[in-house]
Amino acid sequence: MSDDQDDLVLSELEDDDLVQQMHDDLYDGLKEEIEEAVNILLERGWEPYRILTEALVAGMTIVGKDFRDGILFVPEVLLAANAMKAGMAILKPLLAETGAPTVGRMVIGTVKGDIHDIGKNLVSMMMEGAGFEVIDIGINNPVESYLEALETEKPDILGMSALLTTTMPYMKTVIDTLVQKGIRDDYVVLVGGAPLNEEFGKAIGADAYCRDAAVAVETAKAMMARRHNRVAVG
Amino acid sequence: MNDPLTALLSRRDWLLADGATGTNLFAMGLDAGEAPELWNADRPDAVRALYRGAVEAGSDLFLTNSFGANASRLALHASADRAFELSRRSAELGREIADAAGREVIVAGSVGPTGEIMEPLGPLSHARAVEMFHETAEGLKEGGADVLWLETISAPGEYRAAAEAFALADMPWCGTMSFDTAGRTMMGLTAPGLADLVEDVPNSPVAFGANCGVGASDLLRTVLALNEHGTARPIIAKGNAGIPRFVEGHIHYDGTPDLMAAYAVLARNAGARIIGGCCGTTPEHLRKMRAALEGTERGERPTLGEIATTIGPFSSAEDGTAEPTATPRAGNRRRRRG
Repeated sequence: MSDDQDDLVLSELEDDDLVQQMHDDLYDGLKEEIEEAVNILLERGWEPYRILTEALVAGMTIVGKDFRDGILFVPEVLLAANAMKAGMAILKPLLAETGAPTVGRMVIGTVKGDIHDIGKNLVSMMMEGAGFEVIDIGINNPVESYLEALETEKPDILGMSALLTTTMPYMKTVIDTLVQKGIRDDYVVLVGGAPLNEEFGKAIGADAYCRDAAVAVETAKAMMARRHNRVAVG
Repeated sequence: MNDPLTALLSRRDWLLADGATGTNLFAMGLDAGEAPELWNADRPDAVRALYRGAVEAGSDLFLTNSFGANASRLALHASADRAFELSRRSAELGREIADAAGREVIVAGSVGPTGEIMEPLGPLSHARAVEMFHETAEGLKEGGADVLWLETISAPGEYRAAAEAFALADMPWCGTMSFDTAGRTMMGLTAPGLADLVEDVPNSPVAFGANCGVGASDLLRTVLALNEHGTARPIIAKGNAGIPRFVEGHIHYDGTPDLMAAYAVLARNAGARIIGGCCGTTPEHLRKMRAALEGTERGERPTLGEIATTIGPFSSAEDGTAEPTATPRAGNRRRRRG
């Protein structure tokens, strides 16, 4: 890497090169550069939604893949997500004005009895980084809190996290309650947490177990696409 | 500085540490979501029983019930102001049991992570982390802990902050990290990275190594990597009793006492000198581990293949030390602007 690249002037780049540069800057967690580039694209007349998808979400997809593949680790991903959020902060009011479609909404929380939150926070940050709206209901949630959040927030996805082997079974309690109330199929239910595995996810009736935050994002995107198709067909 | 652990290590080739704290307290009725540390004040007999379980099973060293006894974790239970008191109490109870054991048993004051992400990625400043660790350390010291025992850490910065706090408390310490992400810690540190970090802090620990993480096999792979990297310090192995499985509504660790006995022998062969269990490890496991360690001699360093054949496969193909196989994006990335 030569020094003259430090003097790269974003506003002199063609659109395509600028978007490429944004992907690189997201990868490197350069918050100010992302903010600057978002503003440049807006000045050039880009739709906020196009900036979100082609520049930010696409860039974070690369970050997510390298995190999944063990090339990037949590510190780099957090920096990238911070940069993404800074860009998103500029776009958010504009997206709301234009009524652009959202990528999806997720309610996420750690289950009752479990007070761990690092994993959940990482998933929240990565999901926001991928353009999802995330409503974080915190730690130690009884089934009532989940139901209330589902009712008021009307999300597409419910995410549950547990770090303790003793609290994992509570995920099943929540899912069983959703089944009882006849609303289980209204949501994609994703579960995660260090002690979980795929077999457990299936056993309790979740749609998927997500090994880490990157997998959570990929799974959420795939599930949303499937949902949209189903709505289109049905 | 009085350091009974170093003294004991000079006389013994290996030491048996303890097993799980959470698993065993839950078996005594601790409710999920409840802070185990509150039991130091509210249910001291249960905590005594926890310690006694390890000592009677043959542990030379046990950890106090103070993993979450720091201001940040206790704040989740509206008890942030009790970090010192609950730490001290955990060590006092430990001292009681150790002194009544009839043989030398080390009381290791457990210090777990703050659970917060450190600056600049997260909100926790270095100074605040040191302050919290120091408070816990002073409590453990006053309660009579022989050594402080940092565990389940994933961020190098948090390891350094704790080391600094332990220097302030003028206590010897041990420190293990949790390598749960394809052979690395959550924050991306490799086993050789930890070995280097340990030498880099001004007050290096008495011993260091790995705890928790994925399964016993992965943990042994980390121990092998630490050993191969070369270190003069005793290596600690505290692996989980297998992997948790969901069986008829309950969580069950699939690592049997026999499996953990095989793990203990492999851990010693891999170069560990302080060997114990973590989640899922009960006194029954410890008894078998003790018998296996006493019944065999330290043997050849095992290969990864032998580990996998004896106690089960690894959770990831790599141990995290190799350069990533995919090339990181080169592109026209820029340096961060000063």
